[in-house]
Amino acid sequence: METFASFAYLIASVCFIMALRGLSSPETARQGLMFGMVGMGIAIITTLMLPIVASYFWILLCIAIGGSIGATIAHKIEMTALPQLVAAFHSLVGLAAVFVAVSAFYNPEAYHIGVFGDIHTGSLIEMSLGAAIGAVTFTGSIIAWGKLQGTISGKPVTFAGQHQLNAGLGLLMILLVILLCATNATFYMWAIIAVALALGILMIIPIGGADMPVIVSMLNSYSGWAAAGIGFTLQNNLLIITGALVGASGAILSYIMCKGMNRSFLNVLLGGFGGEQAAGGGGDTGDKNAKIGAADDAAYIMKNASSVIIVPGYGMAVAQAQHALREMADILKKEGVTVRYAIHPVAGRMPGHMNVLLAEANVPYDEVLELEDINRDFAQTDVVYVIGANDITNPAAKNDSTSPIYGMPVLDVEKSKTVLFVKRSLGSGYAGIDNPLFYQDHTLMLLGDAKKMTEDIVKALEE
Amino acid sequence: MSTDNQKQLVEGTATLAEKLQAMAEKARELAEQTPEILANAAATHGDGAPFIVTAFTVFILACFVGYYVVWKVTPALHSPLMGITNAISSVIIVGALIAAGPMDWGFSKVMGLLAVILASINIFGGFIVTRRMLHMFKKKG
Repeated sequence: METFASFAYLIASVCFIMALRGLSSPETARQGLMFGMVGMGIAIITTLMLPIVASYFWILLCIAIGGSIGATIAHKIEMTALPQLVAAFHSLVGLAAVFVAVSAFYNPEAYHIGVFGDIHTGSLIEMSLGAAIGAVTFTGSIIAWGKLQGTISGKPVTFAGQHQLNAGLGLLMILLVILLCATNATFYMWAIIAVALALGILMIIPIGGADMPVIVSMLNSYSGWAAAGIGFTLQNNLLIITGALVGASGAILSYIMCKGMNRSFLNVLLGGFGGEQAAGGGGDTGDKNAKIGAADDAAYIMKNASSVIIVPGYGMAVAQAQHALREMADILKKEGVTVRYAIHPVAGRMPGHMNVLLAEANVPYDEVLELEDINRDFAQTDVVYVIGANDITNPAAKNDSTSPIYGMPVLDVEKSKTVLFVKRSLGSGYAGIDNPLFYQDHTLMLLGDAKKMTEDIVKALEE
Repeated sequence: MSTDNQKQLVEGTATLAEKLQAMAEKARELAEQTPEILANAAATHGDGAPFIVTAFTVFILACFVGYYVVWKVTPALHSPLMGITNAISSVIIVGALIAAGPMDWGFSKVMGLLAVILASINIFGGFIVTRRMLHMFKKKG
């Protein structure tokens, strides 16, 4: 049975690898998802067939309860709220890891790692690692969820001695693990979990709402490492492999997000970015004048263009303007205008968020291009329509070394013939940075709500 | 000449036979010790020492597989990637099921059952939300 289970787990692991492989293109993605579900099915059924799993009633009941909660949430959730949902799901994986570690601690015989009160040292270390990472993931994800949902203020919470406190708690945790290994005492296990729970909160509160794409990816990675840690404890290769896959995936996504903001990972983690103190840079507003336009002007300009690139940002998602935007694009395409979309890596609140929102509005995915694929084309483009984005188009990132976002990769929208910039007011972006783009001769500012403005343009185009 | 050769051959065969006998003796001794050695090996396995080596090998290789596979994922599908990884990280349910498996109730079993609920929310939620996302991605025309 053990041998059979090991082989079945191996097949499940291969299925998970194939699932990630499938995501290399939208054509094979659904097949990949199928692999993922089959792999999970194999893993669960194989485990249920193990001799140690003797009572089924409660287990099946719990799967049914959890499954229906999960299915209901997943069916109801708005795509705009996707980042919050993912953060919430991460917290559950974290908590589940804590529960499994605790249960292995109280009943080690089930996993052949010793007896209660005398567990092998190696297993104790792995167990406490799994529990600690799980606990950090749990509370950290709850804070991230709160910041994304708006339940907690997105402003970074900083206080004196914050980093010292976190470092101290980290050291305390190592001490507790050593004590746990030396004594096998229950108290230390719970103390480790308590410290890790506190650490999760303290680590995420200093990080501003706009940095959440990095944090959501990082917590994604943590949930993987927690699973791998539990895999080491339970001596189960499937958990180790899957944990490593997920951990690697989250780490790569965090890296891509950091690169998109030209920030180091450490810089994001230390937090404080996006608060009032970052309001410096480009304070010399001087006698700059922005040209303000109306929906009719925008409609006229776009109708007479031969190519238009739409640059959406998070503001588009907040205003729910994606459907109106697609309508506008459809009319323009009928007029013979080439319409494409340019996506910056950190345009949304999680990796790939903008792509999903546009796909939801039925925008074909082959019209949606990434920064490096479209950036050269701006110079040959007649009109750029910037909606709900700001900092990702700021030319100061390229030519003003005093700017806080200097060095960040940006979309070269200023190279196009005309820039139409939809914005609520002439205020600055999340980091309080002035955008020289507003005051260029060929920029027309369209002040108003993103959705309302786009709908007005659609009306003007239809006339 | 030929008698000398024959003599050498006989002597050679004799020493070879002796050597073989000695080797057979050693093999028998080893065979007698085998159960003991195996038992020792099993004992160290119980301590987790050899498993940690295999586990670590598997872990590091899986990290590399993950690294190369994830870099191949198109940026447009990074959100579905998070959905799928979220669902499959709930494979932790395997540990939860083992904890919840025994007939008799205890703290450990209750913890296991709670973990089963949490992991199931994630598995179903993660896969379904990913499927919703992927169904939206359509080609031109």
